Amino acid sequence: MKFYFFHLMPYAYLDPDYDKAYPTDWLLYPNSNYDPKKGAELYNRYLDEIEYADQLGFDGVCVNEHHQTAYGLMPTPGVLAGALARRTKNVRIAVLGRALPLLNNPLTVAEEYAILDNITHGRLIAGFVRGIGVEYHASGVNPTESHDRFHEAHDLILQAWTRPGPFPFEGKYYHFDYVNVWPRPYQQPHPPVWIPSQGSSETIRWASAKERRYVYLQTFSPVTALFRYMDMYREEARKAGYEASPDQLGWSITTYVAKTDEQALKEAKPHIEFFVNKFLRMPMEMLLPPGYLSLSSMKGVLAAKASLGRRRTMEELIENGQFICGGPETVRRRLAEYQDRAGFNLLLPNLHFGTLPADLTRKNTELFARDVMPALRERLPAGAREKARA
Amino acid sequence: MAGHGETEMTLHGCRIHVLRGGGGAPLVYLHGSGGGGLWLPWMEDLAKRFSLIVPEHPGFGRSDMPEWLDGIHDLAMFYLEFLAAENLTGVHLMGGSLGGWIAAEVAMLDSSRLKTLTLIGPAGIHVAGVQKPDMFLWSHDELARRLFHDKALGDEAARRAADPAGEDARMKNIYTVARLAWHPRFYDPLLMKWLKRVRIPTLILWGRDDAVLPAALARGFTDRLPHAEIEVVPDCGHVPQLEKKDFFVERVTRFITGSAR
Repeated sequence: MKFYFFHLMPYAYLDPDYDKAYPTDWLLYPNSNYDPKKGAELYNRYLDEIEYADQLGFDGVCVNEHHQTAYGLMPTPGVLAGALARRTKNVRIAVLGRALPLLNNPLTVAEEYAILDNITHGRLIAGFVRGIGVEYHASGVNPTESHDRFHEAHDLILQAWTRPGPFPFEGKYYHFDYVNVWPRPYQQPHPPVWIPSQGSSETIRWASAKERRYVYLQTFSPVTALFRYMDMYREEARKAGYEASPDQLGWSITTYVAKTDEQALKEAKPHIEFFVNKFLRMPMEMLLPPGYLSLSSMKGVLAAKASLGRRRTMEELIENGQFICGGPETVRRRLAEYQDRAGFNLLLPNLHFGTLPADLTRKNTELFARDVMPALRERLPAGAREKARA
Repeated sequence: MAGHGETEMTLHGCRIHVLRGGGGAPLVYLHGSGGGGLWLPWMEDLAKRFSLIVPEHPGFGRSDMPEWLDGIHDLAMFYLEFLAAENLTGVHLMGGSLGGWIAAEVAMLDSSRLKTLTLIGPAGIHVAGVQKPDMFLWSHDELARRLFHDKALGDEAARRAADPAGEDARMKNIYTVARLAWHPRFYDPLLMKWLKRVRIPTLILWGRDDAVLPAALARGFTDRLPHAEIEVVPDCGHVPQLEKKDFFVERVTRFITGSAR
């Protein structure tokens, strides 16, 4: 198993009572509630926390992209990745944005990622996402064009990295007479591509296609969904005529480790519940604008997300596998169990979440690195172990 | 009873449903965001004097979702083709809400087959400083309630909107509305520049208490169409043809027959 420390960089000073006046901390929650002095302190603290993961021996670190929200303060994740590029030495840096359909010129991402890849001598992992539904409210981009713009922008970026320029690109949404990006990426033919998703069959089919074989990441969802979508990826790969490797599958999971189960549960509870009930709060119409998903997927997701509107407890999140929390033995056991069932080899633990303070974040990261990672590092999913022996 | 029938037709690869009823001069009605496909009491009334033709737009209800549907101009071009295919002339073109927007686009592009234009709480023009509420943040329930000034009518609409049998059509309709109107939000810069090309008699009807597209937007139309008649309907929401049916039928009939002279 490989470990990628994932930080969401929330505005931890979000007023716990904001939801008495606002339905959500996304889009409509006034930015007058952002205090730049506190924000400056948070950015520097969070970057320290990510840099610490490099020192502790994680394989990588991850940043992501959301707009106009207290949930996460990384609307342009490349800036954060740029700050990390020079201060980290060993970790891979995964930018689990950029939301390609939101862009009028995706070549800016080809450029930005190529610069990061050069500065880090090839430590960049290129994430491509559509952005969650609310980003389409924030950006004005038409959600019914989301899939098409994503595919086109992706094709443009990949061609910009792999075809000798200058050449013309003739798309419906992106049409350029001159594609000739400087710099070229350090990694050849291009940096690894990761595709995070909450589970869209269209995305899984596309990512698993034989000519792409991109890493698929399941983000914040119950383990039943994790199992379903990872099975779907392997099934799609089989249909495409190849066997998916566990290294093509990753799971982003909020995790908290302490000395004992009891201590972990006690320390994590207020912060994970703040995360899920305050930061993640969003009406369905905001999360799923028309056309963001196909009509058939939309119906499935609407049913699956029915719990979004109600208060959830830590116990419930642990039960359905959206949160792993406990002493080192419990966390190792859980991870091993889920790895065997889901078949992933990439783990993206969110070791900071919600309002978790700096001291507990540091302790969590240290314990995870010291008491969880070493035992699992060489571990493969059950099926893959047998294959490795044979 | 004038009665009505339903036909299907295929145009540019898109099969649509068309309701037809009555007799007399042709009156083509273009429905709004909520969809069409229903023969409503006000249509029955108008069918006593006119030959009503009520298509269900491409991308809505039981009509096909064509590959070529990218924006409002595609629907305007489609309806110009529709009028030609039906060989209609002297048409009284009428549209409500999103349908009013399409009707205005059709008239802007080519009004040679049109005799009059009636726009009911139409989208299509932005007026600087007039904030439109964001219907894409509303649930189906809220959208239904917002249509009416009369709360009882809103409750009734909300009950209908809760019927699971209509869920597929509602999702398809809102998808197409987003396709057409997400950005720029419910307006067309081209229409804002060239609506003034419309020189046929025009009636603009607007519910004074419209909570979907505020009546303040009417100025966007009257400024560009100084010859247009404007009727702001008191105690009325976004759909005067439902909420003030008798007044609506009388007013439209008066406008059309007056213009025909």
